[in-house]
Amino acid sequence: MKAALEAIRETAHQQLQAARDLKELEDLRVKFLGKKGELTAILKQMGSLSPEERPVVGQLANQIRESLEQELAARTQALKAAQLEEKLRAEAIDVTMPGSAPAPGHRHPLSLVLDEIKEIFLGMGFDVVEGPEVETDYYNFEALNLPKDHPARDTQDTFYITDNILLRTQTSPMQIRTMEQRKPPLRIIAPGRVYRSDAVDATHSPVFHQIEGLVVDRGITMADLKGCLEAIVKRLYGEEAVVRFRPHHFPFTEPSAEVDIQCFGCHGEGCRLCKGEGWIEILGCGMVHPKVLSICGIDPEEYSGFAFGIGLERLVMGRYAIDDLRLFYENDLRFLSQF
Amino acid sequence: MNLSMKWLNDYVPVEGMAPRAYCEGMTMSGSKVEGYEIEGAEIRNVVVGQVTAMERHPDSDHLWVCQVNLGDESVQIITGAQNVHTGDYVPVAKHKSVLPGGHKIVKGKLRGLESCGMLCSLGELGLTAHDFPYAIEDGIFILGEDCDRTLGKDIQSAIGLDDTKVEFEITSNRPDCFSMLGLARETSATFSLPLKLHTPVVKGSGGDVHDYLKVDVLNGELCPRYMARVAKNIKIQPSPRWMRERLRACGVRPINNIVDITNFVMLEYGQPMHAFDLKYVGGAHIIVRNARPGEKITTLDGVERALSPEMLVIADENAPTAIAGVMGGEYSEIQPDTHTIVFESACFLGSSVRTTAKKVGLRTEASGRYEKGLDPNTCYAAVERACELVELLGAGEVVDGAIDVYPTPRLPREIPFEPEWTNRFLGIQLTEAEMVSMLERLDIPVRDGKVIAPTYRPDLESKADIAEEVARMYGYDKIPTTALVGLAEGTVTPRQKFDRKIDRTLLGLGMNEIATYTFISPKLYDKILMPAESPLRNSVKILNPLGEDTSIMRTTALPSMLQALSTNYNNRNPEAALYEVAVEFLPTLPDQLPQEKPSIVLGAYGGGWDFYALKGRVEVLLRQLGVSGCEYVPCRDNPSYHPGRCAALVAEGRTVGMLGEVHPTVCANFDLGTKVYAAQLDADLLYQLHSTDKKYVPLPKFPASTRDLAVICDEELPVAAIEKVIRAHVGKILEKIQLFDVYRGAQVPEGKKSVAYSLILRAADRTLTVEECDKAMNAALAGLAEIGAEIRK
Repeated sequence: MKAALEAIRETAHQQLQAARDLKELEDLRVKFLGKKGELTAILKQMGSLSPEERPVVGQLANQIRESLEQELAARTQALKAAQLEEKLRAEAIDVTMPGSAPAPGHRHPLSLVLDEIKEIFLGMGFDVVEGPEVETDYYNFEALNLPKDHPARDTQDTFYITDNILLRTQTSPMQIRTMEQRKPPLRIIAPGRVYRSDAVDATHSPVFHQIEGLVVDRGITMADLKGCLEAIVKRLYGEEAVVRFRPHHFPFTEPSAEVDIQCFGCHGEGCRLCKGEGWIEILGCGMVHPKVLSICGIDPEEYSGFAFGIGLERLVMGRYAIDDLRLFYENDLRFLSQF
Repeated sequence: MNLSMKWLNDYVPVEGMAPRAYCEGMTMSGSKVEGYEIEGAEIRNVVVGQVTAMERHPDSDHLWVCQVNLGDESVQIITGAQNVHTGDYVPVAKHKSVLPGGHKIVKGKLRGLESCGMLCSLGELGLTAHDFPYAIEDGIFILGEDCDRTLGKDIQSAIGLDDTKVEFEITSNRPDCFSMLGLARETSATFSLPLKLHTPVVKGSGGDVHDYLKVDVLNGELCPRYMARVAKNIKIQPSPRWMRERLRACGVRPINNIVDITNFVMLEYGQPMHAFDLKYVGGAHIIVRNARPGEKITTLDGVERALSPEMLVIADENAPTAIAGVMGGEYSEIQPDTHTIVFESACFLGSSVRTTAKKVGLRTEASGRYEKGLDPNTCYAAVERACELVELLGAGEVVDGAIDVYPTPRLPREIPFEPEWTNRFLGIQLTEAEMVSMLERLDIPVRDGKVIAPTYRPDLESKADIAEEVARMYGYDKIPTTALVGLAEGTVTPRQKFDRKIDRTLLGLGMNEIATYTFISPKLYDKILMPAESPLRNSVKILNPLGEDTSIMRTTALPSMLQALSTNYNNRNPEAALYEVAVEFLPTLPDQLPQEKPSIVLGAYGGGWDFYALKGRVEVLLRQLGVSGCEYVPCRDNPSYHPGRCAALVAEGRTVGMLGEVHPTVCANFDLGTKVYAAQLDADLLYQLHSTDKKYVPLPKFPASTRDLAVICDEELPVAAIEKVIRAHVGKILEKIQLFDVYRGAQVPEGKKSVAYSLILRAADRTLTVEECDKAMNAALAGLAEIGAEIRK
């Protein structure tokens, strides 16, 4: 009987090692270890053994069962691993092929930069306000200290709808609308479209965008204006940007200034980019004219403020080295998809 | 305003100052320099020479062989000009010289004989006969006695072609700076250099102006001051070189002594001057009055212009002789035989000149100055200066006395001087004495706590204006920079958040943002087949558009989108998916602002787009925005869209949008040779409908039953109707319904379709029984049968 057991052990071992797949292993398990398997069959004959032999043979049988079970488990695991490996090998792909995903659209470059500007100003405590593009003469000119026959009106060729209604030539009317609606302290920016009767070419468009800014509070100084705008210019153009404030004239600010940044192309030496001036004008600003405060019902003796206007197109053109303003409104995807 | 540095040096010692440093300084003190140009800068190696001998070229009948003495050498030069004579002084471009325009001259041979350079004409030096009236333009420039004829001298300094012209951008608040004197004052203040002013002195020749001329001003409001002086025995001739070259540097063409004097004085004082020929002033009587209806005048430029009664004219007893402040008339123009002249030095109301100049379509040097508001007190010095120059140039004799109609003299304005306030306002710390000295540099005196604003400075009205003068004299760059304090973060309104979500969602869905013009051509309404009677054809119109293409404010942004798609299509971009949150302008009452309505416009072609791709994006957008309860109602009557492939988006009984395949005719109108899909959504209405409220629904505790249902119905029956019936009949236990198949073909009769749904049924408080589910399904089938949808067997 012992010999029979040893024979089973040997046969089972050889067959287990030879098995090539999980099904064969299962068949072998049934054949040798199953309820009707060979090992069980032998054990059933234990009754015919002497009491002395029984424990010895029983022990041997259990040993064999245990070792076969272990071997079976090991073989199962090995075969599974091999099978997985084979599957993975078969599933290999060319990872250098292009990826696939629904491509998100492209934000218009003007919006991209405007979004950035809004974030900067929000972080500095400014609210963003919006107002009408078709505006009254009062808000666009009169309340901004530009009465009907003011010569400075000539510098803004205006599209008129009626004698008193026009397409706003600047976002400055939002200064008035804001001061009428809110009480100081005020910090707002008002981005939007403005219109001037300029024929279209590479640097002119009858439609363009401005970002108006207004700060009104007690004790606002021209030093605050300089500090605030210099901070913004550096956020937009980088810390190394060189900024200068130079006197200018706007009817609704006094004192008024224009802000230039030193030309990136030539660092102030003068080149084609800056038309030889060494500087590029980027915004206009000034202390809110006392007359304008009074018109809006704010006491200029108690409050002061500053205002500024930034041209968006020029900023975006500088940022991305775009040389033709028309591209913004042509909407060719070959252009738009670059941003 | 162009400034001559040579001329400036008459008033302020700027000689030797580098032009660049001058420009930089002036810009930073408030007189913006646009650029500068050194006359003759391009010219190299051109000198004064004298022709010492000349003979005909042996091989030519028109060339001359000249021997030219250049001082330290003598050279042979061959010229084809016929106006040169032995002894003439001429400009000589030597071997290796450069002329304006970069033309290089080198020695060479002309028909076998050596020519070591070139004799130059006026044109070759960049000049005209206006600069040297005695010279001819189609020959060599023979230097006259007004040139420095030192042999070998650089031609630029010999003929005065060596000025520096500085171009200023003068802002409208500084009419005084449209003059040499104004800019001289700014120069003196900027660089702390002494200002040398000249008071004109007229000798006079006896007589009395009142015996020659009478002046009446009938409209004193439009003409606050009118001055006139008379000069007789006028000899019209060219003015001297110093005057011609100053005019040239300032961009004014020299004409003759009298005209040049008026221009010279205008440039010097900023006061426009006019000279009439007295014999053409009818009745020797100047009347300043409004034009009469129907009156006409032929101006100096030879154009006849209609006048209207709000315009001010200078008239004689018969007719207008000038449009006040704009341009003189041809009739009384200075002629070569003019004998007696009237100098007019007057002040006209700026706004009136501006309106008149605009209306007659004439903008002149004079009107440009007047319309900014001139100082009547300048009239006197200007007319005196003109008369002084007449005497200085020997152009005639000045009659004694001046006519001066000036009923209400303008007095200087007094403004409170508040140094402390100024310091606080600017954020600087200057002493009172420092401020006073800065103002005095600008010729603005401070007396008894008051700033006395000169009458030529209309811009100085309040203490903020004085603060600007202090700031610019101190230097904007010296004002410190301080950070704003208080207020941490700006607020983003719910609407702004909503708008951001629109952009983010559409970008995430692969739509590209565009920007289109808000003004369009009315023809675009035809192109989108908008019915003639549509109220949307009533647009806000621009009175003075650039052209028809941009003449009305759009009431719909659909055409703008189609134009953008067309651009892409015709630029051969294979596909495009675009969007814009576009403003539309709806007229309200006359003389009221229109309603500005933001519209979300989507448009696409190519790239596998179809109606459902469009609808899917609209659905996702609405979900992201928190807009629920919208129905897609088939819309057959929107002429811009395919009648069978268009849906109106309806919520709470209101149409909030339109989406569909664009009508093929519309596509053709926009040169789009492909199927195009577009949607327009009313952003304001969507905002009203949206909700950001979200409430948690507990996860189900009881199992669901899944049932499938397939019906056969008429092709025309929309699935939305089927779904509506199922929802109504299955009731509360319907958790989810999903359309999974629409089939036409074998086993389905012609004109019919099979529609299959998968339904998930569940109750929140119990496990549904089979009987309950069957009952619900049977109810649904019964309901469906009523709308003609039969169960598919």
